[in-house]
Amino acid sequence: MTTWNKPLPTIIGETKTFWDMCRRGVLLIQKCDSCNEYQWYPRGICANCWSNDIKWVPSSGRGTVWTFTVTNQNRTQGFDTGPYVLALVELEEGVRMFTNIVECDPKDVSIGMAVEVTFQRATDQISVPFFKPVY
Amino acid sequence: MVDLRRAAAIVGVHEHITRYAPDKSEQQIQGESIIKALEDAGLEKKDVDGLFCASMSVRSSGLNLADYLNMYPKMVDNTTVGGGSFEFHLSHALNAIYAGRINCAVITYATQARSGGVSVGTGGISRQGHPRLDPSPDSFEELYGLTTVGLYAMIAQRHMHLYGTTSEQLAEIAVTMRRHASLNPEALFRDLITVDDVMRSPVVSTPLHRNDCCVITDGGGAVVVASPELARNCKQKPVWILGAGEAVAHQGAGKRDLMYIAAKQSHVPAFEMAGVTQKDIDMAMIYDSFTITVLETLEDLGFCEKGEGGQFVLNGRIGLGGELPINTDGGGLSSNHPGMRGLFLLLEATRQLRGQFEGTERQVPDCKIALCHGTGGALGSRHSGGTVILARD
Repeated sequence: MTTWNKPLPTIIGETKTFWDMCRRGVLLIQKCDSCNEYQWYPRGICANCWSNDIKWVPSSGRGTVWTFTVTNQNRTQGFDTGPYVLALVELEEGVRMFTNIVECDPKDVSIGMAVEVTFQRATDQISVPFFKPVY
Repeated sequence: MVDLRRAAAIVGVHEHITRYAPDKSEQQIQGESIIKALEDAGLEKKDVDGLFCASMSVRSSGLNLADYLNMYPKMVDNTTVGGGSFEFHLSHALNAIYAGRINCAVITYATQARSGGVSVGTGGISRQGHPRLDPSPDSFEELYGLTTVGLYAMIAQRHMHLYGTTSEQLAEIAVTMRRHASLNPEALFRDLITVDDVMRSPVVSTPLHRNDCCVITDGGGAVVVASPELARNCKQKPVWILGAGEAVAHQGAGKRDLMYIAAKQSHVPAFEMAGVTQKDIDMAMIYDSFTITVLETLEDLGFCEKGEGGQFVLNGRIGLGGELPINTDGGGLSSNHPGMRGLFLLLEATRQLRGQFEGTERQVPDCKIALCHGTGGALGSRHSGGTVILARD
């Protein structure tokens, strides 16, 4: 395991379940029991109807690249060593999330490309979800 | 809604022409700007009863500035919604003056983004000022190496995908802004450039080149806003506020179509209030953090259809002498972009409406009505949009 030199998430009660399941290789999103809407990013209130009937549900982990950029310049440690792909992925459940497209040449990424979640272990407690192409 | 047209006017402006000021505090630059703007108006410190400001680095900027300048305003507003904060301030000052709570507001801004070495566009999480990510949304966003330019680049990428917009069309915007900057002795970059120059500049974040990105400067300025009674006794002819609109746009819980920006909402009340349409606008100051910002803003303000921005900006239409001249000072792309640029939109629109450049190429002929649209934050994520419409007497 290489040393993780990128930023790490800060985990609190509101988001702990999400990060616990990432460690087990499951990508959770949220669905409201009152209005049945999915939402991303995770939060303690339904962003649609403002109820608190939020349930964690597993995402299929599959989606498509909604848009992306190959970033050549970022001073943040861990992102300062060369091009990386910053992307918005639209999950099959219909919500879009920021991520990096990994395990491929940045030149091969395109809008509409099919991708699936893959987890990288950052620390013993934290695994971070990324997306990789489905071939 | 009550009729707010001409309920307040811009009566004084000052642009601190520095582009590099390592030896001055933000507060000093703001203070010097306020003093000059009041001189421009023919008003004094005692006339000011409202203080409006925003800062990149000072959290309680209104409180700190009142302290530095030894002011006791009746109203303090340091609404900070990114670069467009100052269009929000003008909108709020209009309300406060109409309601009779204040008679005279100053709106001011200053920064040392350049001398401080702030990587506004490419600093990644250092632009947040702290290394620890907030639990949300940072921990689900910044985790992936977001940069300001990257967020705008993703919108440019999808705009190209959906509408066939090209890098050359975006470059045309940068070329036009540089042509305007060449007429502005204070602009940071004044040498003319070509579409090829833009295309050959390094790619910062695909598809955006370095010349698609704004400059980083120090600088500051101030605007004085007054009630109609006060305005009529000022040195300068008043520049009236005809309409104002504010909006935010964001991820919408992961489901909003990010291709539509806050301008789509904010321009509606501004035009309604003003009682004018896009065809009545003689010149526009469009926040130009990046070339794509201009293109999307023109579309969502209703100057052209969605997806047609790439064609709209060609053939000199947005240049001086064209149908809709924009950013006649050279914009953030070439003149100045001190971290937040919204204040400078108000300054140049006022100068144009006063006819200050009469007899030179920089003047928009017979400029009667101008629009300013400030964008703050990032188009690919959460951002604000403030539209104001201004008119001469």
